Amino acid sequence: MTEAIVVETHPLDRIMRSDRMPHIFCPGCGIGIAMRCYGQAILESGIPQDRHVVVSGIGCTGRVAGYVHLDSYHTTHGRAIPFATGIKLANPDLMVTVFSGDGDLAAIGGNHLIHAARRNIDLKVICVNNFNYGMTGGQCGPTTPTGARATTSPYGNPEQPFNLPYLLAASGANYVSRWTTLHVRQIKDEILKIFAKPGFCFIEVLSSCPVGFGKSNHIPDGLEEMRLYRERSVLARDIPLDRLNIDLREDKPIYVGNFVNRDIPAYAPPQLAGSAEA
Amino acid sequence: MSGREVLTGRHFMNGDDACAEGAIAAGCRFFGGYPITPSTEVAERFSRRMPEIGGVYMQMEDELGSIAAVLGASAAGARAMTATSGPGLSLMMENLGLGVMLELPCVIIDIQRGSPSTGLPTMAGQSDLMQARWGSHGDYAIVAYAPSSPQEIFDLTIHAFNVADRYRVPVLILSDEVIGHMVERVVIPESQAIPRWERKRPPYPPEHYGQEGFKAFEPDASDLVPPIAHAGDGYRVHFTGLTHDPRGYPDMSAETHHELVTRLMEKIRRNAEDLILLETEYLDDADVVVISFGCTARSARRAVRDARAEGIRAGLLRLISIWPFPEQRIRDLAHEVKTFVVAEMNLGQIRLEVERCVGHPVRGVHHAGGAMIHPEPILEALRASAAQTAGRQK
Ligand SMILES: Cc1ncc(C[n+]2csc(CCOP(=O)(O)OP(=O)(O)O)c2C)c(N)n1
Ligand code: SF4
Ligand SMILES: [Mg+2]
Repeated sequence: MTEAIVVETHPLDRIMRSDRMPHIFCPGCGIGIAMRCYGQAILESGIPQDRHVVVSGIGCTGRVAGYVHLDSYHTTHGRAIPFATGIKLANPDLMVTVFSGDGDLAAIGGNHLIHAARRNIDLKVICVNNFNYGMTGGQCGPTTPTGARATTSPYGNPEQPFNLPYLLAASGANYVSRWTTLHVRQIKDEILKIFAKPGFCFIEVLSSCPVGFGKSNHIPDGLEEMRLYRERSVLARDIPLDRLNIDLREDKPIYVGNFVNRDIPAYAPPQLAGSAEA
Repeated sequence: MSGREVLTGRHFMNGDDACAEGAIAAGCRFFGGYPITPSTEVAERFSRRMPEIGGVYMQMEDELGSIAAVLGASAAGARAMTATSGPGLSLMMENLGLGVMLELPCVIIDIQRGSPSTGLPTMAGQSDLMQARWGSHGDYAIVAYAPSSPQEIFDLTIHAFNVADRYRVPVLILSDEVIGHMVERVVIPESQAIPRWERKRPPYPPEHYGQEGFKAFEPDASDLVPPIAHAGDGYRVHFTGLTHDPRGYPDMSAETHHELVTRLMEKIRRNAEDLILLETEYLDDADVVVISFGCTARSARRAVRDARAEGIRAGLLRLISIWPFPEQRIRDLAHEVKTFVVAEMNLGQIRLEVERCVGHPVRGVHHAGGAMIHPEPILEALRASAAQTAGRQK
């Protein structure tokens, strides 16, 4: 047995609520990796920490709001985006990030997701996609690949999952990317990029949930999932958006990369000349 | 100031417009909503007016989003509101509970229509009272007012913002289609005359709280209301709908849960005297008292005056606030008056509350909604009550 090394300080102490550790994430869970990338990006962003705000919905990923040392809002299932919309419009100086799960953002909150993208509201969304509802114990959801097993798809998921980058591109987002928790540098760099980019920006982070999705789909631990990402991740170059769907059944590529990067003007509420703020 | 914030002067205005003007005069700078009859004019007025004064009108994709955006705007320090009717209020219920739990001030006006379901979209109702009080899951308390005229919608909207901010609680204005669409004189005062109660803010700057941080959910003992820190203030607060400790951190213990939920209820109960608004007429020597509110109170007033003309010692208790319910006042009144009549455009929601307070059944004048209750059936009930008490005295 190797001995555990206990470190007194961590470079991200300033960003994390260390008084809330240990966190609730399971061993091998990918959410912590994505959260770390977010923290690192905040550190490097040059934007004062007190101007960063994070909003989460409900789910394991939704717990991220409780671990970062920012003004942080852990709201209701599906409603992180409209809550964040209110914050952003009430105080446009804030850098408002929505950090939530695939179920929260694309199932119960799906309507808000597409409408916020359509408006191109200046929000930064980090969506941890672990292909299932982790928090409630591994049920299938809108991102569960066809055929995959979950506690509520014991015979294999009969449905077709969302291709999130395709959905977000069609809805009007300014920036859309997908990476996996293997791609820590890219995730951090992309978060830095979207901090600087006006409009609705969306990063999908494919992530492991060994106790939920993994256990029913022969990906028993986090390491195994990392191996899968290493073997099958392909940087998408000129791949049509409609081919970015994820199918885990065969040895198909998982396309990652940046798919949308455009400059549609971000939503700005109309103001008449001579008004109080104008 | 652009001078367009407070439209000082005499206006001829409907209740929906008066609501928007009251909100703007109160400093509301965020409206998030989704159109629904008969509240749509509130949204339309805001969409015209907000760009004039540096405020935000945001048309959300549904009422789930509307209330969430309003809470977010409030968390960032804005006075924020939404407007809806029954079906929309139903969709807002989960996040009404979030507003209670996060103690985020906000105002919701419900221009009630005939319900349940899609009901009578263009016709009045007064049947969302219990939903406002109990519709979100769990034990909680909110504040609700019921205006009886466009002028009162204007005044109560301002008051609702003040109460919401003072007590960190969602405040509902339970109006109805009759008052929302009724056009009457509305007098808007000078801006200096608009009352403004500020939110209680943290007493010290963020640095003061050191390593441990500002305890965003530690209430003041006097009123059980914690000071509020807004997004961007530098306090790095955590707000969660989970049961939380004074620091705002999740705490999954039965003790903390009991303490928190009890405080959220107690905060309203203990301050009930400051929150309850009533109007009375002829109560001094009344034998029989009509309890009513909103548009129905207008008919009730007429019925009481007509009854007086017939020699019946009738009185009126108009509920300007619905929640918290004026339990003590009605109990006290029950010692002085012989009978009560409750007039309301629903099948007995407030009558049930009155009966709970007085301890026995009372007479109700009810209609499920769609048409205003006329003075006649209320007068009939007064006559019947008077005859009954006279009979009892013989
Ligand atoms: C209105 C409502 N419905 C259902 C739930 C139960 N619930 C909590 S988290 C969750 C799923 C979360 O999935 P996801 O967003 O993918 O997050 P993960 O846990 O996978 O990170 C569900 C269904 C809830 N909290 N609220
Ligand atoms: S259940 Fe899955 S998503 Fe949730 S913490 Fe555990 S591994 Fe992570
Ligand atoms: Mg998930």
